[in-house]
Amino acid sequence: LYISLSNTPERGDGSAPSVPRGRAARTVSSTVISLGIVSLLTDVSSESVAAILPLYITGVLGLSTIAFGFLDGLNQGVSALVRIGGGYMSDRYDQPKWVAFTGYALAAVARAGLLFASGAAALTAVITADRIGKGIRTAPRDALICAASAPEILGRSFGVHRTLDNLGAAVGPLLAFFILLLIPDGFHTVFVASLAFAVIGVVVLGVLVPNLRTRTRTNTDPTGAADSVQPKRRLHWAAVTAGPMRRVLAAAGILGLLTVGDGFVYLVLQARSDFAALWFPLMYVGTNVAFLALAIPLGRLSDRIGRARVYVFGHVSLLAVYLVAAMPIADVAATVVCLVLLGAFYASTDGVLAALASQLTSRETRGTGIAAAQTVVALTRFGAAAGFGLLWFAVGPETSMYIVAGLLVVAIPLATAILWPCLSVTRPLDEAAHPDDDEEGSGS
Amino acid sequence: VTDHVKWLIVIGVSVVALAATALVGLVAWQQYQARQSTASAAAIISADDWAVGARIVFRNTAPGEGYGRVASVPLDDPAGARAVTEVACDRVDATTDEFSCLRTERSIVPTYSATLYANDGVALQTWPLPGIPSRTRLSDDGTRIATTSFVTGHSYAAIGFSTETVINADDGESFGNLENWAFVVEGAESAPADRNFWGVTFIDDAAFYATAGLATTGGTYLVKGDIASLTLSTVAEDVECPSLSPDGSRIAFKSKTGGTGPITHWTPAVMDLGTGEIVPLPESRNVDDQIEWLDDDTILYGMPRAGQEGDYDVWMLSADGTAQPEIFMEHAWSPSVVRP
Repeated sequence: LYISLSNTPERGDGSAPSVPRGRAARTVSSTVISLGIVSLLTDVSSESVAAILPLYITGVLGLSTIAFGFLDGLNQGVSALVRIGGGYMSDRYDQPKWVAFTGYALAAVARAGLLFASGAAALTAVITADRIGKGIRTAPRDALICAASAPEILGRSFGVHRTLDNLGAAVGPLLAFFILLLIPDGFHTVFVASLAFAVIGVVVLGVLVPNLRTRTRTNTDPTGAADSVQPKRRLHWAAVTAGPMRRVLAAAGILGLLTVGDGFVYLVLQARSDFAALWFPLMYVGTNVAFLALAIPLGRLSDRIGRARVYVFGHVSLLAVYLVAAMPIADVAATVVCLVLLGAFYASTDGVLAALASQLTSRETRGTGIAAAQTVVALTRFGAAAGFGLLWFAVGPETSMYIVAGLLVVAIPLATAILWPCLSVTRPLDEAAHPDDDEEGSGS
Repeated sequence: VTDHVKWLIVIGVSVVALAATALVGLVAWQQYQARQSTASAAAIISADDWAVGARIVFRNTAPGEGYGRVASVPLDDPAGARAVTEVACDRVDATTDEFSCLRTERSIVPTYSATLYANDGVALQTWPLPGIPSRTRLSDDGTRIATTSFVTGHSYAAIGFSTETVINADDGESFGNLENWAFVVEGAESAPADRNFWGVTFIDDAAFYATAGLATTGGTYLVKGDIASLTLSTVAEDVECPSLSPDGSRIAFKSKTGGTGPITHWTPAVMDLGTGEIVPLPESRNVDDQIEWLDDDTILYGMPRAGQEGDYDVWMLSADGTAQPEIFMEHAWSPSVVRP
């Protein structure tokens, strides 16, 4: 599934420019909205091309797409590793906006390349550049969301961002297919539209999003516009891999290993139900719509009851998906329920994990922390998909689903135990440690 | 820079970018309309008797009226006037009385289907496909229909799964996805997780050849499928997209001769099933098509037409490797030779 695994939350202390601390902070920052619009535009851009690329490759270039599927897998891996680098650079130079900008700009340049690419080799280069851009930008972008948000509404801020993000992912393919409906051979028009949206996204980011810094300033200017930053220092990995973050990475890794990917769920449904077979090409749309509808409510819930709690219990939704998919129910309701539950799973884990990671890291290590959590999730899910593929052919689709469901039944309590100390925390740990900061909300 | 100026910049860039897109779209739309209303680049005749005699049935890709539709020409006059039907297909294969058609159903979100048609255009059976059409073949008696599609309705669903090949009967019965059949590799039953099957060519209504591919290593096998026992057994290695000669003695296929992944280079080759001897054919271009036999001495395959997106030509090549490729039909794709 295409869900972006890379998002970072930010808490608002010190670096929050426009959001008052404490109970007054009830409104999602305009910076978060702007970043959401940047993501929306960029997703319209990338998803419009992604949706029609297989048609273009087979129908126009006359090639098999088989190899491109493999390429996509490879790129996901590259993207996960680049992501860590993006998070680290963002922290190291305390320039999340411009690191993110580099990633978005690279994707826009790749779109321009698409206008001139004609063969398989050129297309490969363009797709890879696009993926690298995505890897670079995700963690610093999430660090910015964090920096712009009051800690009390971090989950909600990420929910708003993810909603806009997925709206773009839903609109992009529709726009592309609409263009092809009007102009059946209008692939180049889609490429031009994609470039246009990418450029607008980059400009919105460059011009409208403030250059928030995540690092503590010597000056406490609450608008965050001040540039007086502490001297740069080397990042200590221990800050990310020790303490509570270690627990998050462990829990995310364990749960990620049991997240086998939507493709398999869709295939199980498709093999059993005529309805699902007919609508197979559209299943990801259903999941996407459920995700965008639930991202804000579940984000808000995470602000109230704790991000780790929502993150872990979101996997109950995934468990239900496995069970419903494996049970011999061949009707429309089973398919629809599966898609809604999958959307709920992504809505309770994607932005929420970023919020969780950001509240458990210091300002100096936030980008790296978020990137680390997302990379762990991406890599373990990749491993899960590969391992599940083996299981699938060894024991069959339904049995494999039951096996993974059984393991998840064990893993959810295990992850709960690992995350126990931070289960209901809704405020940054380092803030909660300040005696003057106790007015609300840290873990009960 | 004030907020006012910032918004002006954003609005200015947006207007320019979207206006440029609209302009490009308008020009493309006009060009498309112009092409649709111009006469076909190939001579067209009435389709009333399109399915009589020895013929080539194919997808007409001549720009203009009738683009993308199933058409036929007499076997002895492939460059002659075409009888173009009303049925649009991406891939087609024909027998004497019927034809199999894979197509993309255009809509705001496209879906994909396989349909078995009688020659008069009546749909006999229809099956949904999970993704973009790739190959279709009918058995000579028309009772077995093979379809291969890419399971990539969306690129994000692509990981781990790439093709689905299904064998159906003309009465609507399905023998299912080949991935669920027993798979015997060099005599031993095996179930590699990354196996994929594509490119069926029928021997008769009970057996066929196809390709088994292993995604991880990129290796391919020629497999023989037995419909009664739902079993696939490997026959040879590195044989992709097979096509059985009319006399049943040889397999024409795509042979991997360079590159890897999306930039693989395939060259047509012919294998003798009796001796296993392989003759590489003198074609320097990359051929990514399932070959069709014109007769026992000549093969046909489609190639994208240079400088003309969405248009193809069908090329012919001597199966013994003694002659250079030459154009068999212009503006055509997915050829199928029918000899009543």
